[in-house]
Amino acid sequence: MDVLRILIVDDEPGLRMGAARALRDFQVSLPDGGGEVGFVLDEADSAEAAAARMAAERPQIMLLDHRLPGMSGTDFLDKLGLEINGDLLVIMITAYASLETAVAAAKRGAYDLLAKPFTPEELRGMVRKAAIRVMLQRQARKLAEEKRRVRFEFVRVLAHELKSPLGAIEGYLNICVSPEVRVSEEKRREMIARSIERLAGMRQLITDLLDLTRIESGEKKRELVAVDLAAVAREAVENVLPQAAARGITVNLDCPAPLEVRADRGELAIIVNNLVSNAVKYNRDGGRVDARIRRTPEGVEIAVADTGIGMTAEEAGRLFKEFSRIRNARTSGIDGSGLGLSIVRKLAELYRGEASVRSVPGEGSTFTVLLREVSPPGAGGKP
Amino acid sequence: MSKAKILVVDDDPDVVEQVSLVLDSGGYEVVSAGGVEEAEQALLSFRPDAAVLDLMMEQQDSGFVLCHEIKRLYPDTPVILLTSVKAATGMSFEPASAEQAGWVKAEKILDKPVRPEQLLREVEAQLVRTGKLSHPAGKGH
Repeated sequence: MDVLRILIVDDEPGLRMGAARALRDFQVSLPDGGGEVGFVLDEADSAEAAAARMAAERPQIMLLDHRLPGMSGTDFLDKLGLEINGDLLVIMITAYASLETAVAAAKRGAYDLLAKPFTPEELRGMVRKAAIRVMLQRQARKLAEEKRRVRFEFVRVLAHELKSPLGAIEGYLNICVSPEVRVSEEKRREMIARSIERLAGMRQLITDLLDLTRIESGEKKRELVAVDLAAVAREAVENVLPQAAARGITVNLDCPAPLEVRADRGELAIIVNNLVSNAVKYNRDGGRVDARIRRTPEGVEIAVADTGIGMTAEEAGRLFKEFSRIRNARTSGIDGSGLGLSIVRKLAELYRGEASVRSVPGEGSTFTVLLREVSPPGAGGKP
Repeated sequence: MSKAKILVVDDDPDVVEQVSLVLDSGGYEVVSAGGVEEAEQALLSFRPDAAVLDLMMEQQDSGFVLCHEIKRLYPDTPVILLTSVKAATGMSFEPASAEQAGWVKAEKILDKPVRPEQLLREVEAQLVRTGKLSHPAGKGH
């Protein structure tokens, strides 16, 4: 349970005692199952004493009498200044609940006004309102912090992923221009070809990054029309055939044709392309890729199986997160942006779907994407 | 004198390729490995005259660990560590004090990207220091 500290500042001992009695064992339930909040109470009979108490232990809520001996409540508010906007809510207690008092207090950052005399119930109502406000503020701050942290981590990894190809290309160029290194013409061509490859990878990363940003921002224009998923899949397979053939990998497509769905053609292409090209990339030489697409009672299922390096359950668990490429001896020679599967998952979610993987280390993996909202046009199904 | 044998270990295949090319061109025999495990296997069957290792491989400190292993097996083999620490943090990373040199077992730490001339100079210096190379000109070219 969270505990908030309330500081009661009033020169009337009777009022302090009454308030303390009203708030003893008082608890507030936060909205939406946010748990309970309890209170500890603190007292001061003047602004000066309150300042001393605050220096010792910071309250989150202050009940501040408007008229105090010595420094007045309003002046004390002035003195607290900026602190009020931080983690401190001030409720002004006043016997003169005039408009001027209210305006003066609000101007100085008071949260609310409580007119004397008040009933215990009125006091508890006011404290309840303030406590919920304090807790909501805390929650918002925590969320903002978490968001900043995630963003920072993303940028950090992104910078690393962009620098890595630059470093490789720089290295090759340094060798090419070095007067001390003699390499054959063939080697030189190989180095240039490899540099071009790394540049292509970098371009892919930037493209993926833009895709991801567009999907996340909801800015991407979606065009939901009748699309033949079989044709999209055939194209994806044709795209990878050169790389597959070079490594003796066979690629099979099992899909009823035509398989008409209502979707954005570009999004479908990104999903199928990603799955099929991964299945080739992470395969063994001479392996096979089986892409099977079918309509199920739930929607449309795209399953792509490979005979590749596979992964452990722990590795599979973090696969769909950004930049979570599994790095080990088996993947070290394979280039990838680290964003592909994250994009696949986000796109699947646009169709109320999901992406999953089953894998056996050393034997292969099957990636499955289920798209739920792809009823064919005119089928009268879900919108 | 036969060619000096250099062990090159990095999990980035481009770096392995580049370092190998440079050292090969410098007249050395290169044995390369893509990770700590592969390097440890290689170390069982030959004794390198020098080793060039990446600092951060599978783990942040893989290079240190492997370096330690090399020194345990072959105390006289000089080790050069390659790091991207400077590029990543702006801090340079040198075994400055005697104390640091004590726990960082490497003879030399170089920041990536390493220029070919610099790498050749450092390897040569280590080999001359350990008596594997009597005179810099006689590298077999």
